[in-house]
This record gives sequence, C-alpha cells and structure tokens, in this order.
Amino acid sequence: MSPAPRLHVVTGKGGTGKTTLAAALALSFAQAGAKTLLLEVEGRAGLAPLFGRGDLPYQEVEIAENLWGMSVDPREALLEYIEMYYKAGAAGRALAKFGVIDFATTIAPGLRDVLLTGKAYEAVRRRPGKKSGSTFEGPWVYDAVVMDAPPTGRIGKFLDINAQLASLAKVGPIRKQAESISELMHSEMTTVHIVTLPEEMPIQESLEAITELRCLGIQVGHVFVNQMHEEKEFGTFSDLIDSAIATALRTEVDRYRKRVTRQQEQLKLLKNFDVIEIAHMGEEISFEILEFIATGLREA
Amino acid sequence: MISELLNDPETRVILCCGSGGVGKTTTAAAIALKAAEQGRKTVVLTIDPARRLAQALGLNELSFEPRAVKDVSNLYAMQLDMKRTFDEIVLTHADAKRARTILENPFYISLSSSFAGTQEYMAMEKLGQLLASKEWDLIVVDTPPSRSALDFLDAPARLGSFLDGRLIKFLTTPAKAGGWALTRILNAGIQLFASTVSKILGGEFLADISAFVAALDSVFGGFRKRADETYKLLKAPGSAFIVVAIPERDPIREAEFFIERLLSEGMPLAGVIVNRVSPTLAPLTIAASKELSKGASPELMAALELHMENLRVKSNEDRLIKAIKSPALLRIEDAGAEISDLAGLRSINLSGNSL
Repeated sequence: MSPAPRLHVVTGKGGTGKTTLAAALALSFAQAGAKTLLLEVEGRAGLAPLFGRGDLPYQEVEIAENLWGMSVDPREALLEYIEMYYKAGAAGRALAKFGVIDFATTIAPGLRDVLLTGKAYEAVRRRPGKKSGSTFEGPWVYDAVVMDAPPTGRIGKFLDINAQLASLAKVGPIRKQAESISELMHSEMTTVHIVTLPEEMPIQESLEAITELRCLGIQVGHVFVNQMHEEKEFGTFSDLIDSAIATALRTEVDRYRKRVTRQQEQLKLLKNFDVIEIAHMGEEISFEILEFIATGLREA
Repeated sequence: MISELLNDPETRVILCCGSGGVGKTTTAAAIALKAAEQGRKTVVLTIDPARRLAQALGLNELSFEPRAVKDVSNLYAMQLDMKRTFDEIVLTHADAKRARTILENPFYISLSSSFAGTQEYMAMEKLGQLLASKEWDLIVVDTPPSRSALDFLDAPARLGSFLDGRLIKFLTTPAKAGGWALTRILNAGIQLFASTVSKILGGEFLADISAFVAALDSVFGGFRKRADETYKLLKAPGSAFIVVAIPERDPIREAEFFIERLLSEGMPLAGVIVNRVSPTLAPLTIAASKELSKGASPELMAALELHMENLRVKSNEDRLIKAIKSPALLRIEDAGAEISDLAGLRSINLSGNSL
C-alpha cells in the first residue's frame, strides 16, 4: 500500500475560496488528532483573520489545537537559507544591500518558488530533534502539511520547480534543493486539491489544471466544489396573497431552481473526479464556520 | 458615471481594475461596446478573456493586433501577449544579431514569460503604443488578472527599478574595466557577495544574467524611465479608472485599497462598478415574511424561507457596498448566467443610477 499523502497543496481560481478550504482542510486534520502545519506562501495575510489574528509571522505559531501556521516570505527564506548553508551573516547583509534578495525573490520566479516550496519540503520531512534530510526513522514532527498555494493558473509552474529552474541555475545548492523538492512533489507524499465553484469558468480552469498536473506526473486529490446551493423542493403555492408579492416570490423560486440546474450541469463535468461538495454559507467565514466546514470534510 | 465618461470627448483611456474573478474583462468589453455604438472608434485591450467572450469579440490565439469586431462598427479588440510584446520591443530596438542573443538567453525567456510583473509592464507598454498611434478615440484596458489590483500600479515600477538597480549596474560593469572592484571601500563586501552568489546559484547563472542585462540595457535604455513615463500617462487628463468588484468581503477590501491608492497618487477615479449584485427581491421584509408564513401552505412556506435567506444575503451585500468611498457607484445585477456574446454585453445596464 502506498503511504497516505502528507503534503496537501490547495489551489483554485481566484475567488473560489481556496484559502478558506486550505484552512478548513488543515483544521479537519488537526481535529482528527494529526499535528498539522498550515503554510501561506503569497503573503496576503488571508489566513490570519480566519483564526482571529492580525497576521501570521514567518515562524510556526500555534493557531488552534494541534494546528500550527506560518506565512512563508521568500526574502526571509533566502536569508535563512544563506545563514544555514554559509553561516554568512555579512554576506547576507551584502546580498540585501546589492538587491540580490530582491532579485531572487521578484525577478527569478523559479528561485522564488524554490524558496517557498522549500519550507514545505523541510516541514514535511522534519523529524524530532534532527535536521531535515536525516535518515533517522522515527515519527514525523508534522503528520500533515497543508499549503495555501498559488492559483490554478500558476500551479503547474509553481510545483514543477525543477523544470522552471533548469535553465537558470544549472549547478549549485539551489539546484540540488530544487531536485529534492521536485522529487517530493512528484511522489505519493504530495497531493494537490483543487477548489472550484459550480460555474462555467472556474470548472473549465480546474479541468485544465488537472490535465496539466497529471501531465507533470503530480498527484491530484480532491476537487472541492465550494458554494453549492442545495436542491430544495418547491411546489407551486396557491395561497391567497397579494399578487405582486406572489409573482416576485415565484421569480425568486424560479431563479433558485435555474441556479441549481446550472450548478448540476457544471458538476457533471467533474464526474470522473473525487468531488467533495461544500454548501454555500451565505455569510462571512468565521472560525465557527471554518470548524463547521472542517467537520464536514472529516466526514466526507 | 459611464455615460458621463463616454459623453466627454476628452476621455481617451478607461482602465478597469480590481482583484481576479470580479468580471473585469466583461465590464471592459461592455464599456467598449457602448462607446463604439455611440460612434467612438474604440479598442478594448484584454489580457486573458474567457473563451466564449473571446469568441464573441472575434479574438483567437493570434489576435495581438487590434481587430475589428464582427457586426459592430468602430469596435476593435485585441489580446495582450506579454512575451510577444517583450520580443517586439527587443526586435525593434536591436540589430538582428543582438536581438537573437537576447531572445535566446535563458534569463530573458524566464523573465518575459513568467515574471509576475512582466504582464503589467507589457500592458502599460501596449497602452503607450496604442496611445502614441493616435488612431483611437478611446482605449479600454482590462488589467491583468493579478490577485491584487495594486499590482497593476506597482509591478511596472518594480520591474523597472530592478532592471535599473544597483545590482544590475554592478553586474553590467565589465569585469575587465575593473568594474568588480568598482568602489574600493565596498570591495570586501563585493567579493563576498560575488562568491556567495556563485556558490548558491552557480557561476553560469551570473554569466547568463550579466550577458542578458548588458544586451538588454543597450536596447531599452532606462527601464525605469520608461515605466515612469507610462505611469504618468495614467495621471494625464483623459484617463479614468473604473474599479470593479463583487459584493464579497475580499474583493471589496481590494477595491478599497485600490481607491485609497488612486486618491493618494492623484489618479483619476471615475467610480466603482459592483458586479453580481443580488437582483431585486419581493417587497417583503423579514418580519412581514414571518407574519405571512403563519398558516401558509408548505409550498408558500418554502418560498418565504428562500426569500428571507435572499434578504439576508442582500443586506450583507448592501452593508459591504455602503462602506465603499467613491465619487460614483454602479450596481450591476447578477445576470444568472455567464455573459458570452454581444447581446449579453449589451444587456448590461451601464447607464444605471449612481449611489
């Protein structure tokens, strides 16, 4: 039997609720007793408010029971990397002075992505009391690592680190690190979940992303279809009420029915995938709602 | 708001900005269509249109120049291809041999096709070209689908300042001429820096970027200067920003950030368009609905339940929309289906009342 995935990458088109689902998935693992790390890589502080915080720092902090969170900043990651490999505080400062940090983190996207995914790589493989990469066979520090990843349009490139970097850094430790990360991304340890809405454009984009990921040999996990409107029974009412109100109410019912029909048509396009439907919440996502979704995910 | 803009002959550029997934492209296309039908020669510059909307505008993978939209006089549409726009700049400014060196450089390939700011830079570049051609009464720009609307304003300058930055100056100073020991005081730091870069990224990396930047620099002159000039165009009279959002927390927050930024930079904000607003509901408050549901049939009860839910959604939307500080605001009702043809674009009511 292949080992269960431990790195869960969550992607989706903008506006589909990718960050919410990443948080809910991480929370569902934590609720089930798995020590979980939730990573944010785009520095948009979208996760923090869900856990009642202003922002997430560049270090692992406990944000709920069994759940740790951090925001991975490429600049910090590069400085940390330099410190770790070269014990070169002065060089790090020189690099910052000459704009190399900006260079690496903004202009060479492959490099930036190595730094962002590097943190997930390190966390997934971390053993208690040992540095990453050790051969010590013990329990893992984290049972699961969940990453709120870039949107579907960029996810293939983001995860296919090695190909991206191939033409830029041909040798050296960054290159080696990219190869190790690439191996992890293509292994059974990693799975990519797609968040979508039951609407035409997000579904199309999800299908394209799935094709792309499969071509790259990266495992696709669940497809979370967010904001599903439940099918409801509406009969025709014939109560004696104001006719203008009756007409307007019927229009509302009709609109809802059409919406559900459209949504079911879109859902058919996903019939070959492992779909998990998430109900439309109709209100802002609070921690309570997040817990509610997480509980639903555990049962699904 | 849109009518005023389009009735003003001074309006030359309309930029539709907002976070991803709020219907920017559709809004831009609808504005352009209306302008064209009022007799203005209009081009809409789209970045990544949905397939069916692209078809409706007669766009295909090759439409990188303005093309007349079928059945609509005065309306032209084009797509931005950032790599192609970048390549064009290189090909126009460099001789064949030099151009080839640049186009084949791995660093150039990466920069021109995947750097997050390239798209924004090239959109500005294209806008500059379209304006310079003086062919258009109106240019409507659909900004790139970045997560943050602010990227459109910031990315070009970021790319420009990077390419003109100290690192690049340092890397492009020929080693032979003693450039690597440019400043004696900094010498030790530079040595350390160069050796660290080589160690981490490999020596070839430095050679590649160095060759790339040297070649590019001679072609482009000042990137920063170029970015600054286009930026100024956006402030010039005749430009107008339309901020697009949908009535959800994050897109509205993005819109608010963007509005603040436009105001602080003295950029012309024409107004906000909120797409996908709940349609008009039955004139029945929650209290009245509860009252009506006493003794109602199960069918009517179900309809009233739905109505009350719709009311809650709508009041949440209203609360979000009311918080937006904008000189003008236009609500566009949810069409219920994706807009994918000219008739759909025409049905968008842009002349709706403000606020």
